[in-house]
Amino acid sequence: MKLTELIQKLNLSVRSAKGNLEREVTGGYASDLLSDVLANSKEGNIWITLQIHQNIVGVASMKDIAGIILVNSREPESETLEKAEAEKVPIMVSEMPTFELIGMLYSLGIVGTKQ
Amino acid sequence: MRKIRADLHLHTCLSPCADNQMQPTAIIEQAKKVGLDMIGICDHNSAENVSAVMKAGKREGLAVIPGIEITSQEEVHILGFFNTEQDLMYLQDMVYDNLSGENREQFFGPQTVVDEWDHVLGTNHRLLIGATNLTVEQIVKAIHNRAGLAIASHVDRERFSLIGQLGFIPKGLGLDALEVSTPSSIKQGYDYPVVTFSDAHFLEDIGKSYTHFMIEDVSVDEIKKALHNEMGRRIIVR
Repeated sequence: MKLTELIQKLNLSVRSAKGNLEREVTGGYASDLLSDVLANSKEGNIWITLQIHQNIVGVASMKDIAGIILVNSREPESETLEKAEAEKVPIMVSEMPTFELIGMLYSLGIVGTKQ
Repeated sequence: MRKIRADLHLHTCLSPCADNQMQPTAIIEQAKKVGLDMIGICDHNSAENVSAVMKAGKREGLAVIPGIEITSQEEVHILGFFNTEQDLMYLQDMVYDNLSGENREQFFGPQTVVDEWDHVLGTNHRLLIGATNLTVEQIVKAIHNRAGLAIASHVDRERFSLIGQLGFIPKGLGLDALEVSTPSSIKQGYDYPVVTFSDAHFLEDIGKSYTHFMIEDVSVDEIKKALHNEMGRRIIVR
């Protein structure tokens, strides 16, 4: 499924890299420990987190993540947005808490990355 | 110039996760017993026992550096050390303004405020185990605004460490040093000086990790010079 479809189906608000939403999502990863995301996420994953620090962009770039969804209506810091624009990393905001959001993603066919 | 053996990251009975025996008199006694020349007190998100330990240290002839361990909104622990208690209290006020919740002793442990003779003065009711809504950048900046030293705690651990929580050290953070808990995890290639302290929560852990400073006298300014390799001051890496 493409990012654009997820955005529409889950009513996500796009905060950065609006020209980079046509990518195919390969699966999902959820964690707020960025060292864990570095170790275990996969290329093309959608990443669900509550962290809003600018390092989320660095991690997403390093791992070639398709996009980041921030939960609970958390807004990225301004430095995070600047970096995300520069690195063309899509950041989206959901009103849902992590549990509900992942449930919805799963029902849309986005599954976790098997180890 | 003197070679000073320092363990600057000790908790007291004010930290909910620290042992109740971490009282000023006992801390000073143990620190002297294990051969430390200088200690620092860094409780979680509070500094209400610093004055008591400093007085006990003065009484027994051991240098005590005033400090605090602040939890950022990313759940990263940052140590702040100051020249004066006044500067430290300024930071404590900022932390309190940005820390919500009330401690539940039965879940997290007691937060006891004591005097320099270990007499109980009261209990801190704030949720000291919690995270502030300050970012790591805001915390480092606030520490530096009061001429303090900002050191990222135990970066060799997964939880509550700068590298564990945020994956890597954010560019331009301007820390004074990184702390590791075990000397063997000192790696080359960090952009910052590396020190090692114990993060003692129990008496027997005091001085288990320490750093030698070559400095003129015991003060935060001298430590700062040593970290930045200025005027002959330096840290001695084992």
